[in-house]
Amino acid sequence: MEVLLGITGKDFTLVAASNAAMRGVTILKAEDDKTRTLNSHTMMAYSGEAGDTVQFAEYIQANVQLYGMRNNANWQLSPPAVASFIRQELARSLRSRNAYHVNLLIGGFDTTTNKPHLYWLDHLASQASIPYAAHGYAQYYCLSILDKHHHPGISLEKGLELMRMCRDELVKRLPIDFKGLSVKVITAKGVQKIELETAT
Amino acid sequence: MSNPFSINGGAVVAMVGKDCVAIGCDLRLGMQALTVSNNFPKIFTYGDAYLGLTGLATDVTTMAELFRYKVNMYRLREERAIEPETMANLVSSSLYERRFGPYFVSPVIAGINQRTGKPFICGFDSIGCIDFAKDFIVSGTASDQLFGTCESLWEPDLEPEDLFETCSQALLNSVDRDALSGWGAHVYIITKDKVIKRLLKGRQD
Repeated sequence: MEVLLGITGKDFTLVAASNAAMRGVTILKAEDDKTRTLNSHTMMAYSGEAGDTVQFAEYIQANVQLYGMRNNANWQLSPPAVASFIRQELARSLRSRNAYHVNLLIGGFDTTTNKPHLYWLDHLASQASIPYAAHGYAQYYCLSILDKHHHPGISLEKGLELMRMCRDELVKRLPIDFKGLSVKVITAKGVQKIELETAT
Repeated sequence: MSNPFSINGGAVVAMVGKDCVAIGCDLRLGMQALTVSNNFPKIFTYGDAYLGLTGLATDVTTMAELFRYKVNMYRLREERAIEPETMANLVSSSLYERRFGPYFVSPVIAGINQRTGKPFICGFDSIGCIDFAKDFIVSGTASDQLFGTCESLWEPDLEPEDLFETCSQALLNSVDRDALSGWGAHVYIITKDKVIKRLLKGRQD
């Protein structure tokens, strides 16, 4: 019951992941970070098979950062380029004997066009660029909330309010405590952690 | 349910008219019954050839990118755009290369041969067997419904605007009877010197 959520707005992308590391019905850790920063303006959140997730995430992170080092500091992979690269790697692995079982959300902010980006990828490497996204059971509870309240031009405050609405619904409906969400925001300034105040 | 061809859903149809062809697709991307995106076009353009891909979404993207590479290489080598008939053979051989581990897609090609001016459509199974047709080609999770609507609406030698109407109505009414397709459509009307792409609004349920 890992939760991944993503919301885009006027000038930002929000990506959130649950803090609980679970194995079956047991919570092994309450402050697990399921996100990786790829470069200055892109990050990804991951869920899926225990070993695969971190292995794949670190492989992607290393290669995106290697690209950054090989090129000029002002010439980094754009969010669409990062998403395409990740999809290709995941699709390649899908046709191998031991495919990575990883679901991803890739959030980014394109500083050349000043546009937010959010990509949804599942373990089959199906890719979609969408305004808001979720993975796992959170899809069933949160997508309907976001269908009703989201629109493309929302402010960061409204985005965080939507995130709180989703979090509160999940706390209410999911049978296992997912230990809250850690939220990150990507703006023109880069990737930052945001504290989502606790449920009332 | 775990049939790879019907996990993500989608529909494509191509039709022949008088010196014109039409090709249309829906826009849904789903995971089983859950809709993930309502902006996932399944038609890709390669010079004079238009390729529609339904089936497993990951393979739709993979094949679209593979053919972008192969067609670009063809154009550099031959110094001309690829003809729809040639594209059909390229798709067929690329699919048969994976005979015992296929891409789970059902491609459709539509286009007008710029040299001869002849309209051309064809379809494929997932391992590259070509289905040449004089009338129409359907593919995707709504293919049963599309066979019905096309069989009743299509007639020979339709003019471009009539062909657009026939193709669009066949597509929209088929996807409304399929839970895994719909959420809007793209329709291309291709004549020798003009291509019109229209975005159709469909039922959002």
